[in-house]
Amino acid sequence: MQKLEARNVNLFYGEKQALKDISLGIDPNTVTAFIGPSGCGKSTFLRCFNRMNDLIDNVRITGDILIDGRNIYKSKINVDEHRKKIGMVFQKPNPFPKTIYENVAFGLRIKGVKDKSVLDETVERSLRQAALWDEVKDDLKKSALSLSGGQQQRLCIARTMAVEPSVILMDEPASALDPLSTAKIEELIYELKSKYTIVIVTHNMQQAARVSDKTAFFYLGELIEYNTTTTIFTNPKKEQTHNYITGRFG
Amino acid sequence: MVSVKERIIEVILFLCSLLTVLITLGIIVILASETFNFFSKVSIIEFFTETEWTPLFANKKFGILPLVCGTLLVTVIAILVALPLGLTIAVYLNEYANQKFTAVVKPLLEILAAIPTVVYGFFALTFVTPLLQRVLPNLSGFNALSAGLVMGVMIIPYISSLSEDALRAVPKSLREAAYGMGSTRLQTAFKVMVPAASSGIIVSVILAISRAIGETMIVAIAAGQEPKLTLNPLTSLETITTYIVQVSMGDVPRNSIEYSTIFSAGITLFIFTFLLNNISFVIKRKYHQKYE
Ligand SMILES: Nc1ncnc2c1ncn2[C@@H]1O[C@H](COP(=O)(O)OP(=O)(O)O)[C@@H](O)[C@H]1O
Ligand SMILES: [Mg+2]
Repeated sequence: MQKLEARNVNLFYGEKQALKDISLGIDPNTVTAFIGPSGCGKSTFLRCFNRMNDLIDNVRITGDILIDGRNIYKSKINVDEHRKKIGMVFQKPNPFPKTIYENVAFGLRIKGVKDKSVLDETVERSLRQAALWDEVKDDLKKSALSLSGGQQQRLCIARTMAVEPSVILMDEPASALDPLSTAKIEELIYELKSKYTIVIVTHNMQQAARVSDKTAFFYLGELIEYNTTTTIFTNPKKEQTHNYITGRFG
Repeated sequence: MVSVKERIIEVILFLCSLLTVLITLGIIVILASETFNFFSKVSIIEFFTETEWTPLFANKKFGILPLVCGTLLVTVIAILVALPLGLTIAVYLNEYANQKFTAVVKPLLEILAAIPTVVYGFFALTFVTPLLQRVLPNLSGFNALSAGLVMGVMIIPYISSLSEDALRAVPKSLREAAYGMGSTRLQTAFKVMVPAASSGIIVSVILAISRAIGETMIVAIAAGQEPKLTLNPLTSLETITTYIVQVSMGDVPRNSIEYSTIFSAGITLFIFTFLLNNISFVIKRKYHQKYE
């Protein structure tokens, strides 16, 4: 069964249609890249999977989004519980103005976990998975805001992984970072694939080519082409895809 | 070349700002010199340690503590009302209510702070006190409790509006992070938004405290005029401001010791609000550094 599936999804911000009849399926333990010019609806589509669009007034969605075969817009699901299973990493690192430790422990705390040893273990494991442990292990009580941008983003990844979601949605996670930090994040994505299903929005074509198994190209709210990354980058079927990846627009 | 017109406007603007500075300086100079006068007749040790304040009686005692205590007692009651209510309102408006509702309700709430305080005073005296007396039979006609409760209602908008501003100023990305992690609204509000806005919220509370400490009419009307060193909210007492009104309205001769007590009380009040102002200034500055 597919991990994530969209069927004929349309999304409107007020009168304005941002997504047009999008259907696609994503297999478990793969990395899927969403590419396309700015404003084409990549973030909007990504945010359908954890219902983050619910936070915006006047959004209307039609069609179905299924996670593990379960329709998350139709069936009576608890949105908060649902979001705990679908992690999200944002474009701009957004750690809480709390300590490094408390940032990673946040997800467990809101689940009501109080056991110190469980918290300690989870914090260490998550920071190790995010390849941040060695850099911060002596500073866990320091403010997360004292970290560099790249470290903050890996902290956000650690925070997300601490609650062991099965899917991680990443919205241009490296766009605000320097090349070295970007390389670290990419390496991380590659390693996390064995445990998680990852969807990453990216502006950076090389990045999509490096980290993803499949790539979806969006244009003006439509899904133009969806295929294996190799096909998209070497042998695209559509003219628009070809133009985009060869840098003719966008 | 700067035109003559521009030049004139500049001079006028400069004079206006000069005027406000001069007035402030004038107030401080008069306060200070009259206070100096006062302390040449009364020992500063007596002022801070004596437990009675009876400058208008034959047996004069000059201990400021009863007035300070009265002021703080009423202020504490007011904050105990205004902080929980104001913060709850702020969180509700920011996290739960839709934007249209907030846009209507916030200015409506601010009317609370615009009602003339004399109205609150009589409301406390003629409505709240009798009401409370049904439950608390030994509540005296003038008392700190109803003055404090009513004052608390008056200062709610200072806390609700400014705290809502502070919550609104929290970067949107933090809210998204909280919801993205699966927080409920309540968790988002109290585990992320309120802590992130804490400096702004503290500043709003300090402003409300300053307002409460300086408030005059409500306490003058509803709390009585008996300086007492007590923490009992059920009896009458006197605050610094009430005392100043009482003496200013009476006919004490200029340059008498009774007259200069106004200034010693006044400077005590001034020091309180000055300190509070500075604290909020420091907090504000730190806060701005944090988000830059
Ligand atoms: N909150 C919003 N309200 C109204 N329109 C929005 C909102 N967010 C995005 N849009 C519009 O939806 C379209 C898709 O935006 P987005 O999903 O952010 O694109 P991308 O991530 O591909 O750059 C854009 O035209 C954008 O202006
Ligand atoms: Mg985007």
